[in-house]
Amino acid sequence: MATGTRTGGILARPTSMEGVWGWVTTVDAKRIGMMYITTSILFFLWGGIQALVVRTQLSYPGAEFVSPDTYNSMFTMHALTMIFLAIMPMSVGFFNLIVPLQIGARDVAFPRMNALSYWVYLFGGLLLSMGWLFGEAASSGWFAYAPLTESAYAADRGMDFYVLGLLVLGVSSMAGAFNFIVTIINLRAPGLTWFKLPVFVWMTFITSILLVTAFPVITVALIELMFDRYLGANFFVAAQGGDPLLWQHLFWVFGHPEVYILILPAMGIVSEVLPTFARKPLFGYPVIVFSGIIIGVMGWMVWSHHMFTVGLGTVAVGVFTVTTMLIAVPTGVKVFSWMATMWKGSIALTTANLYAIGFIALFVIGGLSGVSHSMSSSDFQQQDTYYVVAHIHYVLFGGSIMALFSGLYYWFPKFTGRMMNERYGKIQFFLLFIGMNIAFGPMHWVGMDGMPRRIYTYTSNMGWDFWNMVSTLGAFLLGFSILLLLHNLVRSFKKGEIADADPWDGRTLEWSIPSPVPHYNFARIPNVVSRDDWWARKYVTGEDGVTHPIPQGGAYAENEEDVDVHSIHLPDPSYWPLVTAIGLALMGGGVVFHLAISIVGALIMLVGIYGWAFEPVNEPDEEHEEHEEQVIN
Amino acid sequence: MEATIAPQHDEHATTTGLDHRKMLMWTFLGSDCLFFGSLIATYLIYRGQSIQGPFPYEVFDIPYTSVSAFVLLMSSLTMVLALSAIQRGDQRNFRIWVIATAVLGSVFLGGQVYEFTLFVSEGLTVKTNLFGTTFFVLTGFHGVHVTIGVFMLLSLVGASFAGKVKQHQSINVELIGLYWHFVDIVWIVIFTVVYLVEAPAIEAAKAAVGH
Amino acid sequence: MSHVSEHDSSHPSPSRYVGIALILAVITGIEVWIVYQSFLRDIMVPLLLVLSIGKFVLVVMYFMHLKFDHKLFSILFVGGFVLTIGVLTALFALFGRVYFA
Repeated sequence: MATGTRTGGILARPTSMEGVWGWVTTVDAKRIGMMYITTSILFFLWGGIQALVVRTQLSYPGAEFVSPDTYNSMFTMHALTMIFLAIMPMSVGFFNLIVPLQIGARDVAFPRMNALSYWVYLFGGLLLSMGWLFGEAASSGWFAYAPLTESAYAADRGMDFYVLGLLVLGVSSMAGAFNFIVTIINLRAPGLTWFKLPVFVWMTFITSILLVTAFPVITVALIELMFDRYLGANFFVAAQGGDPLLWQHLFWVFGHPEVYILILPAMGIVSEVLPTFARKPLFGYPVIVFSGIIIGVMGWMVWSHHMFTVGLGTVAVGVFTVTTMLIAVPTGVKVFSWMATMWKGSIALTTANLYAIGFIALFVIGGLSGVSHSMSSSDFQQQDTYYVVAHIHYVLFGGSIMALFSGLYYWFPKFTGRMMNERYGKIQFFLLFIGMNIAFGPMHWVGMDGMPRRIYTYTSNMGWDFWNMVSTLGAFLLGFSILLLLHNLVRSFKKGEIADADPWDGRTLEWSIPSPVPHYNFARIPNVVSRDDWWARKYVTGEDGVTHPIPQGGAYAENEEDVDVHSIHLPDPSYWPLVTAIGLALMGGGVVFHLAISIVGALIMLVGIYGWAFEPVNEPDEEHEEHEEQVIN
Repeated sequence: MEATIAPQHDEHATTTGLDHRKMLMWTFLGSDCLFFGSLIATYLIYRGQSIQGPFPYEVFDIPYTSVSAFVLLMSSLTMVLALSAIQRGDQRNFRIWVIATAVLGSVFLGGQVYEFTLFVSEGLTVKTNLFGTTFFVLTGFHGVHVTIGVFMLLSLVGASFAGKVKQHQSINVELIGLYWHFVDIVWIVIFTVVYLVEAPAIEAAKAAVGH
Repeated sequence: MSHVSEHDSSHPSPSRYVGIALILAVITGIEVWIVYQSFLRDIMVPLLLVLSIGKFVLVVMYFMHLKFDHKLFSILFVGGFVLTIGVLTALFALFGRVYFA
């Protein structure tokens, strides 16, 4: 694609997109998206193994499958892995794959920063998880309440991996989010106004705003904890007047927007899948968009519902009860809109659609337990019991994961050019659905029955034996269904039925281009006229309500083949994002191991940043007069 | 009379007509408000809660800090004059003003370092009490931001001497300027809510000792 | 699609910038003066806040050029700023202490 290399920086800028080096230096959002999804699936498996260890330990009273300390690390790291290394990155993977296509763009606004986000995620995830190698994985719960996490009580390096791992991951999340905010504002195709955007793009946008506003707060909390642990500061030291509630507030001011970061992309995916397989437009589009915005805003007003039992005082508890109950309203509105979308639609029960419909059912269950949590009076009984664990898993597994898997089945053909096996998919879906409910359903009543969270074991006279065993069996069934999903993914990738550009008769722009997507995305940037523009090009719905295909429809321009795709200018690959990411990771890791490593890391990062800033752009010589171009992006 | 501002080098077209990087910088600054806000919240929540001294009124020197606040404010002036110069294509004055900004920023940092070492010699460290902890971390991170800013300014000077800062690429200077001004306005807030509010207590302490 | 352009209708002149810097210096001087006046003690904090906000706004609007730039930039920055104020206000209420006594 690029015809020449200019040396203006230290080394020539790469041009090739071939081989491993092509992936290592890629700045193409599609490749970055696939790397995110692949890596997140691997971390998801790791998080799942940790979960199965937890479930095994709890399967019968008095078990000693692992030691108590290991057990504490298991549930801590399971949560961290699933939240930060599986769900969030899988969502970001979809942002990368889908958003540029749905807005008619060739890439994101800052391709190199996009690559940086991925590499920093990979290294940050490894740093976060690295404690296991030393027998020192974090074990104070994913929310790491101070002062339990102070050096005096968490003496091993587990909390250090936690703090530095999350600080590094925060850079990845924020860099990615900034990128998508600018991309969605600034790279929409001509005619694509805000209220024609697919809901997935809207949800990406809102999620990205949440990311860049919430992460600074936890960054501060982590820095404060880090200063306590390394430099003897007093942020959370009770003897000096430090207040554990400060940690809790800072953590949950981040933590509550975080859960909306986890669910909004999922809601976006479902809002794409359901209309496609109902062959109807999304019902109440403006309402769904506004609900998303309201959820994003109100997500900032509810955080202390995680702290109802710590002694905030009646007024505070009352206020947060009301705000939390209110936030259920926009969420409920979305659910009704999705159901109305399906009503009288021509439903195709593809695997992707089954997952999306399953999402609605399970997320509603999770939402209902959430509403019972919102009432502080009932929450006083539920707090720190398995009832909360049930809620979490219904919204995060039954919610986020189901929707992400729906996305996998739905968009797999677009990026691989092959269909996933539908029959296999349906079996896999049903096993997952059943396993999930068997695993997490009983946790509701076991929790109401008083079983606390984060306990290593329990005695037989509590009456929890039977349902814990059931739950464990469900978890293993769930795990098995995930293996089937993996198998389907790999098998379909190699020998799935070849997919055409628009296998689902879709509604949005990504279905208007070939599968797999050419590296330039669109031969010609489309001119968008309506919402669901691709559908509008293919079909017209008459006064009688009957939809007819448009003859010769389904194209954006005549003679699209006439476009000389070799002249399409795309961002050049670069290795500076990787170099910078390595530097950043070493800076973080060095704080845990040895300061000399941090210093080396800082130098590498500086080299990376300067190399990036002054990197030459490969330009085909005829097209630009100015060759000495510095593009600081 | 102002020289006409040359149109920026034509980057790829954007939906809003606005530059990606400028949008990024403003979004970043919006998010950095939350970073400093959380540190300032921590400082203020813990204000007056230290179990033992030294306390703010014992160590703060308002006149001294006022001078350094003034220095940083003036560095914003020199920064915007630098931007104005490069937008007019005036490389020479651009360099002068950027160097001036870097110098003023470094003077500020030097003042911070001096102040910190003074406090340490008076028994206030990050370990001493809540005041030491919150003060040093808040102002320390501000200082880190200033340091990064000075690095960027010096890089800008270097790039200018290498002939790499062009009039039609003044956006790069603008971006660095935005960052620099932000760091200044954070100090405006810190100067008020950390230092100035302690003046009454300082006066009271002096009066008690019979000054 | 619009092409990126340095379209600004008005760029303050260098002398205008110097004038604003002078105002900033004067306000700072006033602030330092205020805190030593016992007769202003009761309204010291609100006064300081108003003056500091004034300085903040001047730097943002003029030096950072937000007054003359596209509104979108204002939304992006002010959004983060407003959120910060909101969270801080809530936190102060939750900790229930008076901070400027």
